[in-house]
Amino acid sequence: MSGILIAEQILNGLQSGVMLFLMAAGLTLIFGVMGLINLAHGSLYMVGAFAAAWVAGATGSFGLALIAALAGAALAGVLIEMLVIRRLYAAAHLDQVLATFALILIFSEGTRLVFGSFPLFLDVPGALSGPVTLPGGIQYPLYRLTLIGVGLLVALFLWWLTARTRIGIQIRAGANDREMIAALGVDISKLYTLVFALGAALAGLAGALVGAIQSVQVGMGEPVLILAFVVIVIGGIGSIKGAFVGALLVGLTDTLGGIFLPQVFKLFMAPDVATQTGSALASMAIYIVMSMVLIWRPSGLFGARA
Amino acid sequence: MIPERLVNLAILAGLAGVALWALAVDTPFTITLATRAAILALAAVGLNIALGIGGLVSLGHAVFFGLGGYAMGILAYHAQTYTTLDLGPLSVTGSKSMPLIWLVAVVASALAALLIGLLSLRTSGVYFIMITLAFGQMFYYFAISWGTYGGEDGLSIYVRNGFPGLNTLDPIQFFGLCFALLCLALLVYARLRAAPFGLALNAARQVPARVETVGLSPLRLKLVAFVISGAITGLAGALFADLNRFVSPTMFSWQLSGELIVLIVIGGVGRLMGPVIGACLFVLLEHWLGALTAFWHIWLGVILLGIVLFARGGIVGLLTGKAGPHV
Amino acid sequence: MSELILATHNLSKSFGALKATDDVSINLRAGEIHALIGPNGAGKSTLIAQISGGLRPDAGRVMLMGRDVTQYGTATRARAGLGRTFQISALAMEDSVLENVLLGALGAEGRPWRFWSRATADAEMRARAMTALERVGLADDHDKRTAELSHGQRRQLEVAVALTLSPRAFLMDEPMAGLGAGGSKRLTGFLDGLREEAPILLVEHDMDAVFALADRISVLASGRVIATGTVAEIRADRAVRTAYLGEDA
Repeated sequence: MSGILIAEQILNGLQSGVMLFLMAAGLTLIFGVMGLINLAHGSLYMVGAFAAAWVAGATGSFGLALIAALAGAALAGVLIEMLVIRRLYAAAHLDQVLATFALILIFSEGTRLVFGSFPLFLDVPGALSGPVTLPGGIQYPLYRLTLIGVGLLVALFLWWLTARTRIGIQIRAGANDREMIAALGVDISKLYTLVFALGAALAGLAGALVGAIQSVQVGMGEPVLILAFVVIVIGGIGSIKGAFVGALLVGLTDTLGGIFLPQVFKLFMAPDVATQTGSALASMAIYIVMSMVLIWRPSGLFGARA
Repeated sequence: MIPERLVNLAILAGLAGVALWALAVDTPFTITLATRAAILALAAVGLNIALGIGGLVSLGHAVFFGLGGYAMGILAYHAQTYTTLDLGPLSVTGSKSMPLIWLVAVVASALAALLIGLLSLRTSGVYFIMITLAFGQMFYYFAISWGTYGGEDGLSIYVRNGFPGLNTLDPIQFFGLCFALLCLALLVYARLRAAPFGLALNAARQVPARVETVGLSPLRLKLVAFVISGAITGLAGALFADLNRFVSPTMFSWQLSGELIVLIVIGGVGRLMGPVIGACLFVLLEHWLGALTAFWHIWLGVILLGIVLFARGGIVGLLTGKAGPHV
Repeated sequence: MSELILATHNLSKSFGALKATDDVSINLRAGEIHALIGPNGAGKSTLIAQISGGLRPDAGRVMLMGRDVTQYGTATRARAGLGRTFQISALAMEDSVLENVLLGALGAEGRPWRFWSRATADAEMRARAMTALERVGLADDHDKRTAELSHGQRRQLEVAVALTLSPRAFLMDEPMAGLGAGGSKRLTGFLDGLREEAPILLVEHDMDAVFALADRISVLASGRVIATGTVAEIRADRAVRTAYLGEDA
């Protein structure tokens, strides 16, 4: 196997990792600050993708499509936060699970009602299509490279937001002590809506960006949501840094495992058996990584000790 | 308000009554619906032990349902193709016998529950939810990528498996079998709930710190509950596969895990009959609303939101006027 | 001197820069009530957690009946004879009063792995549970849902659960919390008689109760034991008056 192929796969892993990070960052922020487990986060991813595909179809502009994705998902986020989610902050986990599960049903079927069951397609913008040649002679799609860049920029932005800004201080204080933050005169309910909208916008952005390389369809959000949960379990709930490390780990493991495990098994098995065993095991690889982290550190790599 | 015991009996009698009525007017499809309700109820009774008594919000119970299904699928597949199943040094022939299939389903599910429980109970609360959900997804993808047993397309079993002394191809006899197992599981639930184990488990849900200070381990109590719970749901999975004569990775899907919780909540969490009434209503909604509109899940979502925000005791709670346990 | 039941040796626990307990050595002897007092934030809760097993110390040991239990969890310490009550009642509110004490009996017998027989039908456990309820005066309320009990009754039930364990030492975290004068007085009377059965390490804010009950008092301030002595000695101690009672010496 050539070095070029390996480098390509590593880039693919990074790309899927940073997109996962966009999902996981929002989820972990919402859990860290409001103590809410939001199953409907995958729906916001889907909303972003559909908003982008629809606007791109109508205007032909990818830039407008991204804005639509951010705005659409943030708006949907604000809407459900104000109508449903805010009644759940103090509720038991079971209630949160059920209500956000109900939201998934409503979002998914609602989207099917409006857009039908067939997938929509969102094209990679012309300026970003085609490959670029990287040092070492690697040909790699420019769009995917851009996704890695966008993901890293968002990570940087989130770090700046939480570490360096007033709102970030409020968010961190809110995560530690709700009464304290209320006592400081911050409107906690507005802060919560804002954090939720931020998480929603990130999910919507991820949905739109990934939508251009996969199809945009109902149910696209939940597999990503569950992967994001794996990321959070690995990284530790509430930790943006953990979400980042976890997302890259999951992205790389998933991508590289799928390619290399069958190859590894071919070294000592018949090719057809090796392909099957390898790919079956590869499908489990990230969960095995998660299990090992759980055994080693039950509250995640960067989680507060329980 | 109506006493809970009366409500309970009426629900069971109602389910059996519908099946018998369908037999009398010769509408086998209705018997199949009743059987489906009984099997889903059985799966949910299993989950109710973990969720209702132990407070474990498992979003991965489809794992056990699916394992039960594949236990049936794999054994029956080898029996119908006259092939053997190689387990390393051991070579096993398939089976078309329900009792044997059930045993394998129960044991496999219990073992999986033990492993998943050991890993996920190291943490608590919201981690537990995410981890069980993740393991569910692991089994789902594994089933898709494991080509031997149909992969994504699943496995069809041509003839329903047999039970000594019964003709399982006759809908009402198969219903009777499922209904009897449901009643047995309800008896297990009721006895276990009132037994020392149930008392301790119920306390471990409410005040784990107290349970520890009387010298018991909440973790072990919850682990055992999770194993029993998984085993019962696994049994239901084997029956479900036999009802459809088909098993596929969708039996492992997270939607199914979610729906099992939904069943229980509609009926009433931690109520003996909550899962049964929930399953009956779910099957009715699926059938009626599904016939009216292809988008019936929207209405299920709305109903569910209504219950979560306004009627915590579920249907049994509304009927008996008592609030449910808080999970 | 009578037998040493419970002792801590140089227990220390820090959270970041804060020394929550700092080199704390206290002990409890058979037949006595040893009260632990101190202002809020003195480290009482941290100390209780380290004694009961919820928190591991950074340094130091906890000895129960001559056994080093420092590495044991809460459940193991309970089985070794430590009976604990909570400051904020930790009771199964959805369950009946009887079920709450049955839980204690169940723990005492160490037999929770019974799946088929009714817990309330086990004569031996029931007798143990009812005895405990009778002793705190709750026998008539055994059928009530715990959530229906008054605050004072919950405090009594809290003690009753600990009684079912027949512990070798009691660790009581503010048993008088929230009780009116009458309730406080009745519980004081009850605890007074309990010390013969098993000694009590009593953390309490109610100074009337402390002065009425304690054989010895230890004063905790800023994580350290600043004084240990009889009621009279502590009343007279200057350091205590300054640190705790807030009086100018």
